Amino acid sequence: MESIDVLMLCPMISYLEQELDRRFNVLKLWTAPEKSQFIKDHSATIRAIAGDGGHGADAEMIEALPRLEIVSSFSVGVDKIDLEKCREKGIRVTYTPDVLTDEVADLAIGLIMAVLRRLCESDRYVRSGKWKKGDFKLTTKFTGKTVGIIGLGRIGMAIAKRAEAFNCPICYYSRTEKPDTKYKYYPSVLELASNCEILVVACSLTAETRHIVNREVMNALGPKGVLINIGRGPHIDEPELVSALVEGRLGGAGLDVYEHEPEVPEELFGLENVVLLPHVGTATVETRKAMADLVVGNLEAHFSNKPLLTPLV
Amino acid sequence: MAHGIIHSHLPRVLVVRPPDSFYLYQSQHSHKFHFLKAWESPLPLDQFLSTHARNVQTMLSCGRFPIDVDLLCLLPSLRLVVTPSAGLNHIDLSECRSRGVAVANAGSVASCDVADLAVGLLIDVLRKISVADRYVKQGLWTSKTSYSLGSKLRGKRIGIVGLGSIGQEVAKRLEAFGCSISYNSRKQKQSFSYPFYSNVVELSANSDALVICCGLSDQTHHLINKEVLLALGKEGVIINVGRGAIIDEKEMVQCLVQGDIGGAGLDVFENEPSIPKELFAMDNVVLSPHRGAFTHETLTSMREIAVGNLEAFFSNKPLPSRVMDD
Repeated sequence: MESIDVLMLCPMISYLEQELDRRFNVLKLWTAPEKSQFIKDHSATIRAIAGDGGHGADAEMIEALPRLEIVSSFSVGVDKIDLEKCREKGIRVTYTPDVLTDEVADLAIGLIMAVLRRLCESDRYVRSGKWKKGDFKLTTKFTGKTVGIIGLGRIGMAIAKRAEAFNCPICYYSRTEKPDTKYKYYPSVLELASNCEILVVACSLTAETRHIVNREVMNALGPKGVLINIGRGPHIDEPELVSALVEGRLGGAGLDVYEHEPEVPEELFGLENVVLLPHVGTATVETRKAMADLVVGNLEAHFSNKPLLTPLV
Repeated sequence: MAHGIIHSHLPRVLVVRPPDSFYLYQSQHSHKFHFLKAWESPLPLDQFLSTHARNVQTMLSCGRFPIDVDLLCLLPSLRLVVTPSAGLNHIDLSECRSRGVAVANAGSVASCDVADLAVGLLIDVLRKISVADRYVKQGLWTSKTSYSLGSKLRGKRIGIVGLGSIGQEVAKRLEAFGCSISYNSRKQKQSFSYPFYSNVVELSANSDALVICCGLSDQTHHLINKEVLLALGKEGVIINVGRGAIIDEKEMVQCLVQGDIGGAGLDVFENEPSIPKELFAMDNVVLSPHRGAFTHETLTSMREIAVGNLEAFFSNKPLPSRVMDD
């Protein structure tokens, strides 16, 4: 297999790079002085792409690689891959579901706690020596608050299960109601936001879900409401989010993703009711390794004519 | 003094130092009680008490001012101490018992908040939430920077020290994350199937994280010592939402400095608000200024329960959250 050319779109954990290097001839796109030229130069031999949540294969790239057979993504989110184009051309797409469900759900709860109980702000307070001058303020209880989840897939369900342990009533919005859950369903995100205290975005990013959290939704969530995003930045209308927070129309936010990572609106930096994380939903040693094993395993399976481990297309 | 005469028909409650949000006790309950506010008097405390408090039967504690034998000696008519906290380490319970003074605390109203904080601190330490937030807000996140990875929760073995009301809520929450629970407590609790360790060192040796949820007493002072910390190990994390002095703080700091334990999430310290400065330089430590129970909702509940205990006393009814000896 060492003769098979795999186009790696971006740097990823060194374990993954090493494992790919051992098995394939890895072409590292980010080292090229001119990316489109690099792709042209190797278009006759590239048979696979290894990308991640932020770097996928769009229509242009797919068209430029006539020998492309498989796209293996180091992510569960595949919004950067033109799935339609792949289906059209018979290109397989694999992703990394399940192995990261817990980690992302854990982080969602961590973000809720960090915002409601001001964990980051109070840690700053102690480190700055302010505690010597006076007590930190009172914060807001998490136990028992109503949690609304947008998207009740694997990650949404895992978040619900955790929040239930904090005695939180759960409600959700999904494209279709899920018959086998006991959680309360709302047929629109607006109604969901009007009826919960903490709103969590946990759906996948598609054309339909872009800006699913808009100004109206944020106003409905309200000055005591908290918005958590562990999905994709474009789920939320970011400029509207900034003004809602700055103006106090929204009570707080915990964000792991942004519309133009790694850019984060600076107006948010000084807000103590906002927690900002650098897209670390899956950032544990164990999970990244499991994701890497799936990326490599899927490519190996494909090129050995074995069934793919986690195919999406 | 005119103040005292106007309200002399109301039952009197001594307040030596005000508890948090005392102004709310005043504004909401001054039609029920006459609060004797010792801290507002120019007289030294012992004089104030011998002049004004000889017949006082109840006292509202603030949770920080110690209720010891010296104070109790000055209150010959005292029958009840109400503390709005769950913690009782500021009260000499055996002295109260021998004087026939009942003690009532906040019962378990704060347990969920404290448990929430313990879980929040654990997630923060393992997933580096506060570190990351600092990092982003300092403008350090660029596409070139790499980020050190955290550690997963599922499968972690959690050792709970003290399976009382708070410990039980911590256990229930962490089970939902896929953690496994064991505990050490004064006595094994038959209604729980979690593995019980009678020895804290053994619990620590079999845990990836210790969560301290017990109260502070003579038995638990420096319960978490060097031996326990070393048994926890280089990847081990310690979370303390009990009282600072349950952990030998000097030893813990040493262990953190030397990398003998992996990290800590601390809401309480031996000499609050002083904190060992070595901790300020550490990214594997999350610091919280003793806010375990301090949410708006719980402060209100604690106030309500404190008032409930006072009302019950003055109506000769059973106290809702009397601390019983065990």
